[in-house]
Amino acid sequence: MFDITVNGVRHRVDVVPEMPLLWVLRDELGITSPKYGCGIAQCGACTVQVDGAAVRSCQARMADIAGKAITTIEAVGNGKLHPVQEAWIEHQVPQCGYCQTGQIMQAISLLKSNPKPTDEDINEVMSGNLCRCGTYERIRVAIHTAAKKIGGN
Amino acid sequence: MSEIPGLSRRTFVFGSVAIAGGMAFGQYGQAQPALSSAVATNPLTADLGPNSVTFNPWVEISPEKITLIAQHADKGQGVGSIQTLMIAEELDLEPGQFEIRFAGPSPVYFNTGFAHELAPFMAADQSPEAEKARAAALEWLRKAGLQMTGGSSAIPDTFEKLRMAGAIARETLKAAAAKRSGVAAADLRTEAGSVILPDGTKIPYVALSAEAAKITPVAVAKLREPSQWRFIGKPMERLDIRSKVTGEMKFGIDRTMDGMVYAAVKLNPNKGQPIKSYDASKAQSMPGVQTILKISNGIAVIATNSWYAMQAAEVVDCVWEPSKYPAEQADHWNIVASSFAPQFLGKEWRNDGKIDAGLKEGTLVEAEYRAPYVGHQPLEPLNGIGIVTDKGMEIWVGHQTPQSVQHIAATAIGMKPEQVTFHNEWMGGSFGHRLEFENIRVLAEIANQMRGIPVKLIFSRKEDFLQDIPRQIAMGRCRGSVKDGKIVAADLQVAATAPFKELLARMGAPTKDPDGQLAVGIWNVYYNIPNYRATSFEVQGLSPSTTWRSVGASANGFFTESFIDELIHAAGLDPLMARIEMCKVPIYRKLLETVGEMADWKGPLGSGKGRGVAFVESFGTAVAEIVEVTMIDAGIKIDKVWVAADVGKVIDPVNFENLVQGGVIWGLGHAMNCELTYAKGAVQQTNYNHHEAMRMYQCPVIEVRGLENDYTVRGIGEPPVPPAAPALANAIFAATGRRIREMPFNKFIDFV
Repeated sequence: MFDITVNGVRHRVDVVPEMPLLWVLRDELGITSPKYGCGIAQCGACTVQVDGAAVRSCQARMADIAGKAITTIEAVGNGKLHPVQEAWIEHQVPQCGYCQTGQIMQAISLLKSNPKPTDEDINEVMSGNLCRCGTYERIRVAIHTAAKKIGGN
Repeated sequence: MSEIPGLSRRTFVFGSVAIAGGMAFGQYGQAQPALSSAVATNPLTADLGPNSVTFNPWVEISPEKITLIAQHADKGQGVGSIQTLMIAEELDLEPGQFEIRFAGPSPVYFNTGFAHELAPFMAADQSPEAEKARAAALEWLRKAGLQMTGGSSAIPDTFEKLRMAGAIARETLKAAAAKRSGVAAADLRTEAGSVILPDGTKIPYVALSAEAAKITPVAVAKLREPSQWRFIGKPMERLDIRSKVTGEMKFGIDRTMDGMVYAAVKLNPNKGQPIKSYDASKAQSMPGVQTILKISNGIAVIATNSWYAMQAAEVVDCVWEPSKYPAEQADHWNIVASSFAPQFLGKEWRNDGKIDAGLKEGTLVEAEYRAPYVGHQPLEPLNGIGIVTDKGMEIWVGHQTPQSVQHIAATAIGMKPEQVTFHNEWMGGSFGHRLEFENIRVLAEIANQMRGIPVKLIFSRKEDFLQDIPRQIAMGRCRGSVKDGKIVAADLQVAATAPFKELLARMGAPTKDPDGQLAVGIWNVYYNIPNYRATSFEVQGLSPSTTWRSVGASANGFFTESFIDELIHAAGLDPLMARIEMCKVPIYRKLLETVGEMADWKGPLGSGKGRGVAFVESFGTAVAEIVEVTMIDAGIKIDKVWVAADVGKVIDPVNFENLVQGGVIWGLGHAMNCELTYAKGAVQQTNYNHHEAMRMYQCPVIEVRGLENDYTVRGIGEPPVPPAAPALANAIFAATGRRIREMPFNKFIDFV
């Protein structure tokens, strides 16, 4: 049995300690916004925040994560859209959209540590998030827009 | 599906003679037959609730809500949104006033958009003979009733018929309101989901559903003028954007059901072969495991969580029947190389002038090109939910051919196709993957052994790679000659596995006709080359292959446009100016001029920089691209791409740009670093680190312009792909002097 807090709500789950967080969220708790893409931290579709940091949930074992605060995309805007989500809508980033929750979670994390990223900064942090539809250019532009929104410009 | 005869160009040469007489042409030529046959057999009628109405197979109104049917499946290309918005355009609905539902299987949803592709005439050909053949193809499609999403056909198929469906619904609702109010229908108008009386009184459509159900749908003679459009051609928000940004969107993999169990599989990586035996003793006692089942080509683990199921499936020891195709990749290439022989002839698609004499004039240029097997690998792995009972099977799965899902699932478990109830899902990509059936057959077999219990199957990424039926393997042998600064002859021969023909066979509709996809990119070449021949050979006995975003043109476009570039270079000409000069079709010439203008093309750049151009028409849509690269110490850096594409009419401009950019990235990324290779009968690449395609740091700025000179509306899902690889190869040549004739290019040159 493990206790985890997801988006401020405490859950008790009965899983083996090795089970990665992704499958706890999806199959045990029914939170499906983090996606299964590769299972080996190659695609970033499963990205969530653990204690505020972007983490590939397919690699975070339950034994290591218990007691920490998990945030999924449902809670990033505190009931509203997060500026990054607003920017994603403005630029109509998604095509299939399967990778986009992970992209957004990674972008939020980027902007926290680097409020005014250059294209190079964005490339460096976002290149671990795969998009098979090829929305990279829109993601880059949307991150700049989100940076402006957050910066109050 | 056995009633579907072979889909091929040759079929239609015969077909056009037999059934072309008397077909209607013109603007409504495509819309009307679809609607007239649809009225008689509207599948929405069967499940209609009380006091509800359906006017045609695309519109359903109950007292509670309005539902618009998306007949083309949404794999991310945006058709879930645009199809319904085209209905809403004429029906006067606003976004948010209706629900989207994907169509169930029905022949009324036959795809009229394939008519152009199936008629044996080039896209730019508007001759009466070409139009006659297209009309015959359309009539044949109507009879075949094939409902399929693919071939960049969603917009060409639906542009007229969905607006017509909306207009008929609108006029019938007005007739119902006229009857109720006593005001003549001509004095009524509609806006935002209501009929509006002259005094301003609004009657919501939902309030008219019961009365409208008693009225025969009103015929509509004329669709609205483009000047009246509210959505079409204007920047609009795709209806699925918000839910994809909030995480609320439920893809197939996200669906759950009460009492559901999870299944993971380990399948014979020797594609198409069964399992011999297995030992599940290690897996049996692993956490969460409920049972382990044998299915025809492998095993399935049933567990309480998909991770438990995948972990256990991994450790089942299986003994496989060996592959029927060569176990090792080198032998695949050897067989391709030996297939340029009469017994493997697909078809000589073109033979202009005197090719043998032409090749003897001037300087001979010869080159051999290769395109490997490539994976589709959309980010959402194959999955599905199935329940089998004594009565039949119900299946929830994202797929592009609903009728084939019924056929495949039913065949797998000894039922009839009509016993399979199919529900489509929003898909996390496809690129051709969800035209195949690996998950369908397996899910049916598992659910059949778990009767009464909903089974949710999810392929691990590794299984998805191992079972992915790849893009065709292809080789191009090209000869040409140049003399006095002109291309005198070009002889293009392609040997490849036959992707579309094989898909048809797996769908239960085998054909002996040559695979028309192997003609695309070598046949529909619009340059003024006096002696020109294009021939396909169909390679036998290799890995199964299937349609991969842009299909035949994904390899052939690379061969042709690279080789044309070689000839242009040998003739001492400028790659862009020579193409413009040689291009026989004025609207295509305009595309090349446009992309040159966009890039400010001025010839060689020097200092390690190079630009390449390529121009390919596929699925009727002509696309010209210029790629600019720089050779730096770390390798090739792609700096910028310019694209001009002519689709006749840009329906959804924001999504258009996004799809073009995505298509270019798809084409460039896989050309740079992706291939699937076989060893011991199995694909060696099992995750994205082996088959990466493009990541953000490599992604250039891609400038897009949509032109609207073509005479009919065209699709854009696939056509931006084929020019990307040759434009990149040609740019690398311009920058480095190295001509790369085989994909992936990173076997020969590094990329930043």
